[in-house]
Amino acid sequence: MPGEPTRPLPVLTEPDTAAFWRACGEHRLTYTTDRDGGVVFYPRRTDGGQVRDSAGRGVVYTYTVVRRHGHPYFRSRAPYVVAYVDLDEGFRLLAEVDADPDAVHVGMRVEVGWEDHGETAVPVFRPAGSAAT
Amino acid sequence: MAARAAAIVGIHEYPSRRVDGVSKWQIKAESAARALADAGLTLADVDAVYDAGETGPMAGIAVPEYLGITPRLVDTTAVGGSSYEFHAAHAARNIAAGRARVALLTYGSTAKSESRAIGTGARSMGDPAPGNNMEVPYGLPLIGNYALVAQRHMHQYGTTPEQLAEIAVTTRAHAVRNPEAVAGLAALGIRNSGEITVDDVLGSPLVADPLHVLDCCLVSDGGGAVVIAAADVARDCRTTPVWITGAGEAVGYPGNDRDITTSAAALSGPPAFAEAGVRPEDVDIAMIYDSFTITVLTLLEDLGFAKKGEGGPYVEGGRLRFDRPGAPALNTDGGGLSSNHPGMRGIFLLIEATRQLRGESTAQVEGARTAVAHGNGGLLGTRHAAATVVLERG
Repeated sequence: MPGEPTRPLPVLTEPDTAAFWRACGEHRLTYTTDRDGGVVFYPRRTDGGQVRDSAGRGVVYTYTVVRRHGHPYFRSRAPYVVAYVDLDEGFRLLAEVDADPDAVHVGMRVEVGWEDHGETAVPVFRPAGSAAT
Repeated sequence: MAARAAAIVGIHEYPSRRVDGVSKWQIKAESAARALADAGLTLADVDAVYDAGETGPMAGIAVPEYLGITPRLVDTTAVGGSSYEFHAAHAARNIAAGRARVALLTYGSTAKSESRAIGTGARSMGDPAPGNNMEVPYGLPLIGNYALVAQRHMHQYGTTPEQLAEIAVTTRAHAVRNPEAVAGLAALGIRNSGEITVDDVLGSPLVADPLHVLDCCLVSDGGGAVVIAAADVARDCRTTPVWITGAGEAVGYPGNDRDITTSAAALSGPPAFAEAGVRPEDVDIAMIYDSFTITVLTLLEDLGFAKKGEGGPYVEGGRLRFDRPGAPALNTDGGGLSSNHPGMRGIFLLIEATRQLRGESTAQVEGARTAVAHGNGGLLGTRHAAATVVLERG
C-alpha cells in the first residue's frame, strides 16, 4: 500500500531545538531555566540556561478543534485537538491533546504521552489519569 | 507627524477578485499607474519604493526595475498583512525628514487563481525557524492559530460565538453596498452574496472551533497601490490630501505568561494615538485587519475602542455599521471577510480609509474626519506584527 500519510516531524538538525527533540526520543519532556531560575519559553535564547526534566503534567490554557486541513496526515486525523498546555513547572507548550473534542476544555488537567518516531518522539497529551492501556 | 508633513494623495484598488492570465507584477504596475494618475503624478515623480516582497526574492531591486523607476529610498519591510501600515509609517517619517517626496506602495496577488489554501494549508517544512520547529508535528493551521485566541477569549471574558458573528454580519452589510465586493463574491463562487445574519454565521461549518467558515476571510486575487507625498507635493495634487498624523509599530510572540487575548496592537496603538493627538472616541472610521472575526474583536479592545474583555458587548446590535452614530464605522468596504483578501490585506485598509476621508466610500460616513488603519500580520495566536496608522482629513 503506497503510503498512509505520516505525521510531519521536526528537523533534528536544527541547532536550537535538536536537544529537546532528542530528549523526547527518550520520553523526557525537557524545559530550560535561566540563570535566575526563571522558566524560559523554549527555544528562546537565554544565557546560562539549564535543562531540566518536566513531570509532564499541566493544564490546557487554550485549544482548538481542527476540522479541516490541507495536509493529508492532518486531514486524516481531523477532527483533532491542538492546545497550548501550561506545564506545572511554568512553561507553555503547543501540542496535540488526544481526547474527545467535545470533552476538552480550558483548564483541563492533562499529562504527556509519547508517539515514537525513531530518534525522536512527539509529545501528545491526554486527559490526566487516563494513562494509556 | 501630527504636523501634517505627509499625506496619501493617490489610491487604487485593483477591482477584480479573480484574475485570468494577469500576473501579480501586472496587478502592481497597473495599480501604481492608476494611483499615480489619481494624484496627478507619474512614475517619474516616485523617489521611494515600499514593497512587501510578494513577487519573490530581491523585490527591492526587481520591482523598481520592472516599473523602470530610480528610487533614492527602498524599504522591503515584510511582516505579512500589516506590511503596508509599516510602509505608510516609514514613508511618512522619511518624507517628514526630507529623505523622500513621493513614496509608492504596491501589492499584487493571485492567491485565488493559484488555489492557495491559506487558512487550512500545511506549513512549509523546509529549514524551519527554531520556534516553528517546535510546532510542526501538530499541523496547527492558520485558522486554528486564531481559534486559540477565540477560545481563550470566550473562556476568560464570556465572549460568545454570536458576538463574534456580529462582526461578520456588519462587514457583509458594508460589502453589499460596494459593487466591486458584490461582483467579487459572485466571482469567488460565494452563493449568498446578500446580507447575512448571526444565525447564518453560526450555521456555517466549523473549520477550527470556535471559528466557522463565515468567521473567516475570503481568499481572492487582487492588489492595489497607495501614493504618499510630502506636503508641498500634496498641495498640487488632484486629490484632497489624507494626512498621516500618527503611527506605531510592535511585534508579539508566545511566552509562558503571555495573555493570548492581548495582541501587539496594545503596544502599537498608544504611540500612534499620542502622536496624532487623538483618542479612540474621536475616530470615525475603524479599518481593522479582519482575517477573522476574532482578529477584529481583539484589535478593537487592544486599540482602546472597548475595554479588554468587553469587545463582545461592544460589537453587538450592529453598533459598528456605517449608519450608526456613536461608534466608529468598521471596515466600510466589506473588509477581508466580505470584499477581498488576497493574503496581505493591509493596503486596502489605507485605501478605504482614504476613500472615507475624501467622501468617496460606498458606505460613506457623513463628515468623516479621522480614521485608523490597523494591520495585523502573521499569526495572532503565536507570532504577529502590528502597525497602527492614524489618518486625518484637512
